[in-house]
Amino acid sequence: MSTISLEQDLRRIYRKQNLRDALCITVLALLILILGILMMTVGNTHYSLREVFYYLNSEETKGAAYTIRALRLPKLLVGGAAGFAFGIAGYSFQNLLHNPLASPDIIGVTAGSSAAAVFCILILGVSGGTASAFAVVSGLIVTALIFVLSGKGGAFSARMILIGIGMQAVLNALISWMLLIGSEYDVATALRWLRGSLNDVQMSDVPITLTVTVLGSALLLICNRYLRLMQLGDAYAIPMGIPVGKVRLCIMLCALLLSATATSVTGPIASVAFLSGPIAVKCTGNGKSAMTVSGLMGMLLVYAGELVGKNLLPAKYPVGVITGLLGAPYLLILLMNINKKGEKI
Amino acid sequence: MQQKRFSKTPVFTGLCLEILLILFSVLLSVSYGSKAVPFGEIWTYFAGTLQDDFLSAVIAARIPRTVFGLLAGAALGVSGGLMQAITRNPIADPSILGVNTGASLMVVIGIAYLHISAGFPLMVLSFGGAFVTALFVYGIASVGYGGASSIKLALAGAAVSTALGALVNTIMLPDSSVMKEFRFWQVGSISGGTWEDVRLLVPFLVCGLLLAFCCAPALNAMALGDEMAVALGVKVGRIRLIAAFAGVILCAGVTALAGPIGFVGLMLPHVVRRILGNDQRIVLPFSALGGAALLTISDVLGRVLGRPGELEVGIITALLGAPVFIWIVWKTKAKSI
Repeated sequence: MSTISLEQDLRRIYRKQNLRDALCITVLALLILILGILMMTVGNTHYSLREVFYYLNSEETKGAAYTIRALRLPKLLVGGAAGFAFGIAGYSFQNLLHNPLASPDIIGVTAGSSAAAVFCILILGVSGGTASAFAVVSGLIVTALIFVLSGKGGAFSARMILIGIGMQAVLNALISWMLLIGSEYDVATALRWLRGSLNDVQMSDVPITLTVTVLGSALLLICNRYLRLMQLGDAYAIPMGIPVGKVRLCIMLCALLLSATATSVTGPIASVAFLSGPIAVKCTGNGKSAMTVSGLMGMLLVYAGELVGKNLLPAKYPVGVITGLLGAPYLLILLMNINKKGEKI
Repeated sequence: MQQKRFSKTPVFTGLCLEILLILFSVLLSVSYGSKAVPFGEIWTYFAGTLQDDFLSAVIAARIPRTVFGLLAGAALGVSGGLMQAITRNPIADPSILGVNTGASLMVVIGIAYLHISAGFPLMVLSFGGAFVTALFVYGIASVGYGGASSIKLALAGAAVSTALGALVNTIMLPDSSVMKEFRFWQVGSISGGTWEDVRLLVPFLVCGLLLAFCCAPALNAMALGDEMAVALGVKVGRIRLIAAFAGVILCAGVTALAGPIGFVGLMLPHVVRRILGNDQRIVLPFSALGGAALLTISDVLGRVLGRPGELEVGIITALLGAPVFIWIVWKTKAKSI
């Protein structure tokens, strides 16, 4: 009797959870659709939706067609991909290191990419593809370094976070120095890039960003099953037969590649990686689809930030400044809550 | 309260060593640069018999910078020692705890809205920013389980830095003139040190050092744990506040004048503690002397490495300090992180 009711209860909970997940995804997708349409239609000159579709299909290269096809479309695509990448990478890092604060932008992974990109822009005087490649590689190297220096054993994730923060301090010093010696014209470009912005995004960035985002996200979503079990801690995950080491490495690499690639194209859009995960967990009640939802949440944040920064404020701000402002108070509240709840970070 | 007397010999040796180091660093600092001055000429300058006008002008220009470097280094060293003692935490340092970003924010506000570009008002602003941020970070980190552990402090510091950094950008981005001025401030450098700066720094330094040295015995007791310290008759809350105040005025004074210079306060106390033990009455003064020497030598190093221009001292200390930081994290026992 009691087993049957237990089974029924579990079924009900399971169904409810699935429903909640589906609901979250649908609502987010709708919101993204609306904001996406706004991204295409609103701006210096407004176009109706029909005009947008007309120009998308037209062969013209001037005027409105240029605005829509060469300016707004890449922003929409790259912004979305980067947002998704940041969101999903942030969620993966946070869960892997068991710490809501351990997103790539806080532990110094993005700082590695930023330093390399600034070096390219200011010292070598190149931007675009070369700078992107450089940024990805150096993001990987910096993380590998952090990883190796953190050693093994008990306090691995704590040590990794601390070393990441130390590394970030150094990289930031280097960035400040490069800003100091760079020529004034380039400095403005570098600074705008450092804040994370979609302004300089071009159609040529689209293929690589989309490919990496899709592949990386797919891999992460496959690993998600294990990741969720690993949330219980290694002590439970290992007896369940999960290849903890391999999964950790795979997730780490994918998340890293995603965030480094996105950073290399748009610059480090502040707080997106860090905000998306916790919001997604809250919305879905840490359900199965938390990872997907955090990716979508990242997209939503980027679109919203871009729209607000470009249209609603007296001066035009790049998207990273808006998301940074949004993230800051949340960060502090989160810190206090974690500490109050008495969890050990 | 009777404290164990420290053994005199290593302390005396250490003292001699540090004084020698400082003299050496002063000599280097006056002598190196785009125009090198031979050591012999420096001697004749101080004896007042140097004939060459050009050389004496070069020396005269380098002296205030050197003095400023010594004072700033001393202030940073003691500040780091104090913060580490109060937080009972090996990684406390103004750059890690986000204090520098707090100062930056106020400086940017000063430059952008109040049109202040230098001097005392900027110093007051930066001091206010640093102090509030330090309290805030420590407050956030000490809520909840286990008090202000390393990782909580570091994360709170990084988080607050990110938050304040976003504000700094918001103010700076639309206004290119602010950006121009601020980027020079943002890299810690003592190359512009003048007698005026020295005059501004001295009151902060004297005040901070006096408070620090007065607190040292009490801090020793507090190293045993708060309960023990209370039992020994130390007013823990008051001492902690005074020491924190001293630590912050020392680093904020330097930050206001020279920009953020990280890691000096992190490195020195560790080295001193390793060699001479944990007695704060020893650690603090030795950190001061060591900090003075370290900052001056880093400055010289920046001039040598950055030829024909120079590398700012803030970059050098960050490059030197990062490995030390990692080493500290590395050797800290897993439990106490």
